[in-house]
Amino acid sequence: MTVAQTVELGLDENQRDAQWRLALRRAASFLLILLLLCGVWEGYKALGQATRGKVPFTSLKLPIRPDDKSMPHLWTIGGSLLQPARRGGEDILLVILLKAALFTWREAVMGFVGGSVIGFLLGAIFGRFLLFERSLMPYIVASQTVPLLAIAPMIVIWGGRLNWPAWWSVSIISAYLTFFPVTINTLRGLRSPNLTAVELMRSYAASEMQILLKLRLPAALPYIFTALKVSATASVIGAIVGELPSGIQDGLGRVLLTFSYYYISGPEKLYASIVGAAALGILFAVIVALAERWIVPEGRRLSE
Amino acid sequence: MNTVISVSGVSKVFNQGRDNRVSALESINLEIDSGEFVSLLGPSGCGKSTLLRLIGDLTSPSTGAVLVNGKSAAQARRGREYGMVFQQATLYDWRTVSRNVQLPLEIMGHSREQREARTQEMLKLVQLESFGRHYPWQLSGGMQQRVAIARALAFQPSILLMDEPFGALDEMTRERMQMELLRIWEQTKNTVVFVTHSIPEAVFLSSRVVVMSARPGRIAGIINIDVPQPRNFETREHPRFFEKITEVRECLRQGETNTHKGPPS
Amino acid sequence: MSQVADLAAPIEQELLPQPGAASRWRDRLRRFLPPAIVFVLALVLWEAVVNIFHIEGFLLPKPSVIAATFIAESSVVFPAGLFTMREAVGGFVLGSLLGIAIALATARWAAVAEGMMPFAIAVNSTPIVALAPIMNQWFGITNPLAKMSIVAVIVFFPVMINTVKGLTQVDAAALELMRSYAATDLAVLLRVRIPNSLPYLFSALKVSSTLSVIGAIVSEYFGGSREALGVYISQQAALFHFGEAWSAIIIACLMGIAFYAILLTLERLIMPWHVSIRATDEE
Ligand SMILES: Nc1ncnc2c1ncn2[C@@H]1O[C@H](COP(=O)(O)OP(=O)(O)O)[C@@H](O)[C@H]1O
Ligand SMILES: [Mg+2]
Repeated sequence: MTVAQTVELGLDENQRDAQWRLALRRAASFLLILLLLCGVWEGYKALGQATRGKVPFTSLKLPIRPDDKSMPHLWTIGGSLLQPARRGGEDILLVILLKAALFTWREAVMGFVGGSVIGFLLGAIFGRFLLFERSLMPYIVASQTVPLLAIAPMIVIWGGRLNWPAWWSVSIISAYLTFFPVTINTLRGLRSPNLTAVELMRSYAASEMQILLKLRLPAALPYIFTALKVSATASVIGAIVGELPSGIQDGLGRVLLTFSYYYISGPEKLYASIVGAAALGILFAVIVALAERWIVPEGRRLSE
Repeated sequence: MNTVISVSGVSKVFNQGRDNRVSALESINLEIDSGEFVSLLGPSGCGKSTLLRLIGDLTSPSTGAVLVNGKSAAQARRGREYGMVFQQATLYDWRTVSRNVQLPLEIMGHSREQREARTQEMLKLVQLESFGRHYPWQLSGGMQQRVAIARALAFQPSILLMDEPFGALDEMTRERMQMELLRIWEQTKNTVVFVTHSIPEAVFLSSRVVVMSARPGRIAGIINIDVPQPRNFETREHPRFFEKITEVRECLRQGETNTHKGPPS
Repeated sequence: MSQVADLAAPIEQELLPQPGAASRWRDRLRRFLPPAIVFVLALVLWEAVVNIFHIEGFLLPKPSVIAATFIAESSVVFPAGLFTMREAVGGFVLGSLLGIAIALATARWAAVAEGMMPFAIAVNSTPIVALAPIMNQWFGITNPLAKMSIVAVIVFFPVMINTVKGLTQVDAAALELMRSYAATDLAVLLRVRIPNSLPYLFSALKVSSTLSVIGAIVSEYFGGSREALGVYISQQAALFHFGEAWSAIIIACLMGIAFYAILLTLERLIMPWHVSIRATDEE
């Protein structure tokens, strides 16, 4: 082993050490903040109940009622996971949520894959042909100001006409949210190599295709993965929002809608479902982040 | 002449106690008199910047002490005795040229009239009067560096610390800037500590050149530059100028061989 | 997150005024003509396709029908838009002020700011609109505060994180300069950290502006005042009145774009030094 190699190894170990310490510190402060938030929640409740919903020492009403309907105890929310969701129902809430999450995830994954491919192709076309970028980019950006919920019913109806399974329509809605970050970051990544790097390729008389494959694509990879992480969560959000007006019965969107209708008879179930929805989004983002670790070499990843 | 800066028995170790420990400076002794123009010269990595930063209290020594007018470097910094110029102009993007020059004056609580008068004066000194309203990115590298010098001089510090201020400039601009710096130095009578790795630059500018050697950073020799003052474009053709360049080069080479013969650090 | 934060940056560059009066008009033409042509072509094609294939109005209304409905319904749609816009702006202001305040308070302690990151990621991954029923319960279904708080949650985290980033990721040399002046922490905050954070802050604000309009509309889906745009859209869509729904969508888009444009202008005014303003002649 040469000297240079040993030195590098040493550095590596130091870096790994520092990473561990950083991760540990983050985890610690995360837990601390979490504990603090839980404390605030329960503290607010306890205080409000002691003063009968008034700001202490005044006759002003607290902005949020501290009763169990508005703010269930955290343990009630946790406990509701293990109880049947409906009176006389068989499945406990946790199982219902898991099934619904799996169903929604299938929609989201399909939307994610489709949206990413379309997003990448658009980005690549825009990167190659300025005219396309100039003429279409404003609409791509404007597309994201359209409230999804408004177009969802139409897409569902179109899907119905074409005899698609209803969840395909939801995937399309999910793809609508997914493609955008990928397009933007693909374009940004393909344009990221500086002029000298491009000119070096030109000096080899490389073809456009070779420049794309050997320079622009590798340069764009970290950008694309950053977008994919954003898109992963966006696809879950898109799937859930897409389910709301589509009448699909099996997904998280319907679960959220149902529990919000019956909020009064069990607010903790809605809270638990929201946590479930968040967990699905996070899980998907984590999976993509792991894929990034695997595919994009360390040091080339864009930091958060 | 009275001593302004006195560095005695100073050493600096980075990352003490870890396996990437670096001994950047070892047993440095140096005295600089009032109104002197002293250059720190040596190959890159020999600790020039570190020594300058020690004097400016941007880092502190592992052993030894830096005294400025009998006070500690930290006291001198808090007493606002240092004007600093780095290799990068480090102008603030969000400020116009004149607001950049005003920055230290604002921090030191000067009145608006004082600030504006002073800024005008400084911009005239570096010959940028008409660029006050420009933003830094609208200026060339040489102009930016002149703004940085104007900013360093704005609050009339007694000591000017410069770390390769002309390092990023082309040869022509560099020579012009050197002339300008000398002109300013003659006007202000500042004490200047100037870091460079260019031998002609050091010899042309300085009254003394401190030659340093690397690993660990040491002073290899201190050379008096008795080339006649004031310096001007004729200086570069003066026989004494060439003799001094040779002497400095010789000293650098000696420093190098000594290091190689010395025990491994 | 930041890498996609400034979503419209590529077109912003295009929207910038370029120097040189002579070439200015040609530049503008070159920039605005292609999208305009696409717009006209798309409308013509759309109209033609619907006519030729006899697509029923509830599947895809013709642009001409939408335009007619838009005019007919404008007395309903515009006030509804305004109502929702108020919620969006209210929530936006609330969320961004809170985000900036927390950022200023926590930026000094890197660990606290880092500890917030997982929450930001978690909230980012949550369909925040799912909180709508809860907010309705908390504040009352017709209380604008219920929608504003949803929007505030949407805006809060991007703003806070970007502000923390801007306050902490300062060029080391810029800080050393301040140290050489023996500047106080307050001076460093005011003269270095805050100016440095402005571009970060604005990129978060710009993204949040369109999100807050969408957030307000979507949260109205779970119930809200009958004057609200989101309520109008879901009612009309449920009745298959897609001409009406599309009119409302157009209003929603316009509001989002207008909100964005306002922030863009504000950014230009507040940061005349900013990189994106350094228009350069490309050709
Ligand atoms: N902050 C630091 N941490 C660790 N090592 C440093 C640091 N600053 C400088 N060094 C090391 O100290 C030595 C001298 O550096 P420097 O003073 O910058 O040299 P010069 O300015 O002469 O090129 C170098 O070996 C450098 O790697
Ligand atoms: Mg140096």
